Amino acid sequence: MLDESFYSKADEILNRYPAQERSLIPIIHEIQETYNYVPVELLPYVAKHIGITETKAYSVASFYERFSFEPKGKFIIRVCDGTACHVRQSLPVLERLRSELGLSEKKHTTDDMLFTVETVSCLGACSLAPALMVNEHVHPAMTPDKATALVKELREEAAKS
Amino acid sequence: MIKIKSHEELNTLQKNFEDGIKNEPVRILVCAGTGCQASGSLKVWEKMCELAKDTKISVEFAPEVAHDHNHPAVHKSGCLGFCEQGPLVRIEPLGVLYTKVKPEDCEEIFEKTVKQNEVVNRLLYKNKITGEECFNQSEIPFYKGQTRVVLKTCGTIDPESIEEAIAAGEYQALAKALFTMTQDEVIKTVLDSKLRGRGGGGFVAGKKWQQVAGQPEKIRYVVCNGDEGDPGAFMDCSIMEGDPHRMIEGMIIAAYAVGAQEGYIYVRAEYPLAVKRLTNAIKQATEYGLLGDNILGSGFSFRLNINRGAGAFVCGEGSALTASIEGKRGMPRVKPPRTVEQGLFGKPTVLNNVETYANVPQIILSGADWYRSIGTENSPGTKTFALTGAVRNTGLVEVPFGITPREIIFNIGGGIRDDKKFKAVQIGGPSGGCLTEKQLDEPLDFDSVKKLGVIVGSGGLVVMDESTCMVEVARFFMEFTHRESCGKCVPCREGTLRMLEILERIVAGQGEMEDIDKLRTLADLIIHTALCGLGKSAPLPVVSTLNSFLDEYIEHIQNKKCPAHVCQKLKQYIIDKEKCKSCSKCARGCPVQAISGAPKVPYEIDQDKCIKCGACMAACPFKAIYVA
Repeated sequence: MLDESFYSKADEILNRYPAQERSLIPIIHEIQETYNYVPVELLPYVAKHIGITETKAYSVASFYERFSFEPKGKFIIRVCDGTACHVRQSLPVLERLRSELGLSEKKHTTDDMLFTVETVSCLGACSLAPALMVNEHVHPAMTPDKATALVKELREEAAKS
Repeated sequence: MIKIKSHEELNTLQKNFEDGIKNEPVRILVCAGTGCQASGSLKVWEKMCELAKDTKISVEFAPEVAHDHNHPAVHKSGCLGFCEQGPLVRIEPLGVLYTKVKPEDCEEIFEKTVKQNEVVNRLLYKNKITGEECFNQSEIPFYKGQTRVVLKTCGTIDPESIEEAIAAGEYQALAKALFTMTQDEVIKTVLDSKLRGRGGGGFVAGKKWQQVAGQPEKIRYVVCNGDEGDPGAFMDCSIMEGDPHRMIEGMIIAAYAVGAQEGYIYVRAEYPLAVKRLTNAIKQATEYGLLGDNILGSGFSFRLNINRGAGAFVCGEGSALTASIEGKRGMPRVKPPRTVEQGLFGKPTVLNNVETYANVPQIILSGADWYRSIGTENSPGTKTFALTGAVRNTGLVEVPFGITPREIIFNIGGGIRDDKKFKAVQIGGPSGGCLTEKQLDEPLDFDSVKKLGVIVGSGGLVVMDESTCMVEVARFFMEFTHRESCGKCVPCREGTLRMLEILERIVAGQGEMEDIDKLRTLADLIIHTALCGLGKSAPLPVVSTLNSFLDEYIEHIQNKKCPAHVCQKLKQYIIDKEKCKSCSKCARGCPVQAISGAPKVPYEIDQDKCIKCGACMAACPFKAIYVA
């Protein structure tokens, strides 16, 4: 059972959209942006509000790659594995990040909830391949060593705040 | 803000804004596209703003107009395309283009260029072959071969300012259409221009418009596909970020032509900057009365919404995209009925991509004949390409149709990086294929490349050199399409998985010769039976590499060798006996005890035990271990 605050926050979001099926995806986007993930318990609540079934809300939320039912870290690192990045060696960067943070193909988020490492199909920064994105900021021309330095930098940033 | 209520008011406003820009004694444009921002252009912009505040400039070298500003103007510009050389800074009226500018360079730029009109030579682009310094854009080989129609103002105006867009003449085509043309005349002009959809299919845009206009249902929609999901493509991203008003104007003209009341732009969630700029552009256009009720006082009304994608490649397919806007799973449906008959919310819908809409205003302004004078007979106009991979100059380019891939790669792109040998260029992303050396002199247009078994697609050009393994590339694309398959139809869901399994076997050295026939059979089956265009084209990268690089497949299967030394499992780590000093570091680092030796005897790797992890190579202090 979620804390009451989740529902009041959801109400705030729901009130910004017409209570229609077409609002579902924008609402889930906003929920994810608020919590860094989609608390699955909120879906029935959203579904009821916009007049669709729970199963439908769940089927949509689970379909899209971007939505996650698992809480994500403070820093979401999306390593681009688009064609241009792939041929310019994006995988060694991904491997370094994973080994640096003790993550794997199955485990995406560190236990301290600081880092989530994922791959993404293309960031549109192909001229600066290989690229990765930390939250909404693109880092160009990555190498495994730069990845190590980036993790260190982000850890320091987190320690400061 | 006052709403513009007539064509005359728009003209007056344009004149005012134009004068405003001319009055800026010095104009500093810092590229703020995704690429340059990633290279740190915002810090350059901040530093420039700071310096501009403290700088009063003499105006001796300014253009011959009245001056009422005493400070240089600093603007963020849209993508200039030469992302690799970023951050890019352009200074007008001098017209100089500086590359790889850092915040610490700004003071020198101010002292010399802004105050004294002198060039900072070390920041100029140097021709990679002749070493010559290039003063402005037109001297740089990367720009020389280009024809910029869609990207005309991208990079010269501030994409966050509608005033600059209006000054550059944007929304004039809309006014022309609304006040001097009937809906049928607009459609006829677009039809006559032979503008073809830039999203990949190349369907004639005017035909779609005509079909929607002819439907009995009066509620109609105009939708823009900005879900540029192809890996290795960022053309639409640059247009949405760099000149959002041009594309919006194109959409409003389409809406007028087909009698639509509402429109949607569907943008990838991976493009946060594009979403931000479009949202801002729609807000500004609405405030000026260029969107919303009674546009420019013409009586025509049109509202525009933005929908963000959520990371599903399949949503680039028309019916999946409209389903996603409706709040459903983004899955394609069986056609007919087609989108023009029953599209968004079951109503007639014009669905074009970003670049297609961005072409419309210039066609309306300059006419169909002018448009057809660019490009080839059946593929008129220009195409933007994202030139990436193993090429010297990467970035966004716009070229007329009919240009050869060789011109793009070797003239504009400057040839292959590190003097390596060209191997192939991948065109059309996961729905396309590879062009080889032999095919480099064929014209690049919708119909010619189709004959070569590939598609123009959305415009990704990924150049590959001899260090790329084509079997691995085929596996990479198959993994992508399999992962992105929506799962609705069996041929795509299961077929791509079976093809992927075979390719994984081959790159691991476990392939058999009959796998090649199996791949061809499966490909044929998927191409003919999958539900949507994405499924139908999913096997094309495999078919294309099988046709052009069969010998590489055979090398992997029969000799268990990867000629490009890419496939991990087929690598052979070998110790150079001459260089080995028998220090035993490699043996101690080997996780499977595959290395043996003795003092003063060179060490050796047991290839049967080796798991190809590369630990020995990393551990060797004498660089005695190499990959064969």
